[in-house]
Amino acid sequence: MEKQSDLLLDIQHLHTAYRLQGKFYDAADDVNLTLKRDEILAIVGESGCGKSTIASSIIGLYDHQNTKVTGDILYNELNLVGLNESLFNKIRGDKIGMIFQDPLASLNPLMRVGDQVAETLYYHTDMDEKARKARVIELFNQVGMPNPEEMYMMYPHELSGGLRQRVVIAMAIACKPEIIIADEPTTALDVTIQAQILDLLQDIQKQSHSGIVLITHDLGVVAETADEVAVMYAGQIVEKSDVKTIFEHPLHPYTRSLLNSMPQNEGDSDEELLVIHGTVPSLKNMPRTGDRFAARIPWIPASAHEENPQVHEVEPGHWVRCTCWKSFHFEDQPAPQEVNSVSGE
Amino acid sequence: MWKTVLRRLLIMIPQLIVLSIIVFILAKMMPGDPFTGLINPNTDPKEIARLRQAAGLNDPIWVQYFRWVGNLFHGDLGTSYVQHVSVTSLIADRAVNTFWLSLLTVVITYALAIPMGITAGRREGHWQGTLIQIFNYITFAIPGFVVYILGIWLFGYTLGWFPISGSVSGSASGFFPVIWSRFYHMLLPAILAAVISTTGTVQYLRIGILDNRVEDYVRTARSKGVPEKVVFNKHILRNSLLPIAAFFGNTITGLLSGSVIIETVFNYPGMGQLFMDSISQRDYTTLTALILLYGILTLIGNLLSDIIMSIVDPRIRIQ
Repeated sequence: MEKQSDLLLDIQHLHTAYRLQGKFYDAADDVNLTLKRDEILAIVGESGCGKSTIASSIIGLYDHQNTKVTGDILYNELNLVGLNESLFNKIRGDKIGMIFQDPLASLNPLMRVGDQVAETLYYHTDMDEKARKARVIELFNQVGMPNPEEMYMMYPHELSGGLRQRVVIAMAIACKPEIIIADEPTTALDVTIQAQILDLLQDIQKQSHSGIVLITHDLGVVAETADEVAVMYAGQIVEKSDVKTIFEHPLHPYTRSLLNSMPQNEGDSDEELLVIHGTVPSLKNMPRTGDRFAARIPWIPASAHEENPQVHEVEPGHWVRCTCWKSFHFEDQPAPQEVNSVSGE
Repeated sequence: MWKTVLRRLLIMIPQLIVLSIIVFILAKMMPGDPFTGLINPNTDPKEIARLRQAAGLNDPIWVQYFRWVGNLFHGDLGTSYVQHVSVTSLIADRAVNTFWLSLLTVVITYALAIPMGITAGRREGHWQGTLIQIFNYITFAIPGFVVYILGIWLFGYTLGWFPISGSVSGSASGFFPVIWSRFYHMLLPAILAAVISTTGTVQYLRIGILDNRVEDYVRTARSKGVPEKVVFNKHILRNSLLPIAAFFGNTITGLLSGSVIIETVFNYPGMGQLFMDSISQRDYTTLTALILLYGILTLIGNLLSDIIMSIVDPRIRIQ
């Protein structure tokens, strides 16, 4: 059984709303998540589903004038929502490290990469310049960069994409944070490098016992690395479970569609992939009542959906929004006979 | 770094050759010759022909060009046929005045424009930003000579704060009084020229700040827990100053062309005034030398820009 101290992050009823033409619209709508020590929590979903919104809400980096965050993000009993900036700056980089999508854009083009990593140490440790440099070189070693001393003096444009992402990772883990938020860390990298970076993240986690929030749209990445998975659609979490359950017994229509739209056999070019028709409604046009995914599975009768879909715990630790999964079938398949059959495929 | 400078210097050589050819052709295309206007109607045409022959004006054009270029290398820019002194010494006296006036103008321009640009960028959408934008539109729209004449009328004539013409007061004697008098004479033209040349710098800086503050690396810096003040100074501002460095050469060129007007309006004995005088007096040798000099100074301004860029932006050095 988990101890209380294993709980790193407890997100309760998080609403993050962006101001569009004077009105606020929820981009993250009633999000409940927990992150434990030694856990990789993957947040999956397509573009615009609100996954990056959650990341920026956790670390408190959003346009404060045009964003409204409500609910609780508890880190060791400390509520990060509405925390004042100078306190937050003590946590950012020290207790929470962040890894970004585009490693080139994430690095200051005018600063040596070593100095950029050392900057984190400057604000969170009392190391002197020499100690900081030694620590950076140690970090570069840890993230698998060749010739760390030489690398210290390089500028971002002189490094390859994979090396740049290693610099960004070194920066995020410099102060041994308890929480690492990785926002699409492999999206901008090519496939061979992706695998290396994911391995590196897992290694780091094993060594430091931190919790990682991994934000991605790539189910392959999720299957390879995650422990827990939250599937998001249109600002809401639609299904949440451990990784095995998500891949073996997915329930929510969106999760099932997402998995069916993933190529199964790499060599089989005849394989027909499922296409989820339609698009995610824009933030402004998002329906605020009813099942938000209903519009993309029109063959499912409206009566199958809950009027105001809630998250239900169908098995211990397995949460699904709405009850429509019970009568869901793919368009080209017959409707399930038994309402209770969980694994319909 | 030195490689970049050397390469840029080498690139300047063909540029200078082309420049000298163009200037020479322009000079040749101007109506008349050095003797036009010097010769009274009673002069024997044979004497004129003899003078032309002696001055080498009957030689093939390329011979004349290479003679001219050869003389340039010896620092001989020819003789002013109006003032009857060597153009080199004529320009040298004026160039010093123009140099100091331009330097003071540049210093005041940046002293005004950088804080203004920073404020405009940081306070975009607030009254401070709007005020600077309005100020910029006005100063950009009003022609320099209008500002100068208004300035002379208001600060020189009406308020009597500044001298309104010349470069030094005749009554000043002693080293420091003369230096002060020269500085005092430069102050009003420099301030006025600076005020109207802030636009480019302010706008580049403002746009730079607006663009850079939403860049990913700024978010990265914040995610490291870097205080907002440092995020601005170290990350946003440094990157926003790059276009200013690139714009530096342009600023220099603008000052040189601006000096023609400002020195004429303020009756300030610099190269700009000499330029205007040599046009109105048809002093071709002086004019040609000045055009060549302005061209060279423009090239040097661009070179300075490139050198500064290669110092501040590590991405430039690689190429």
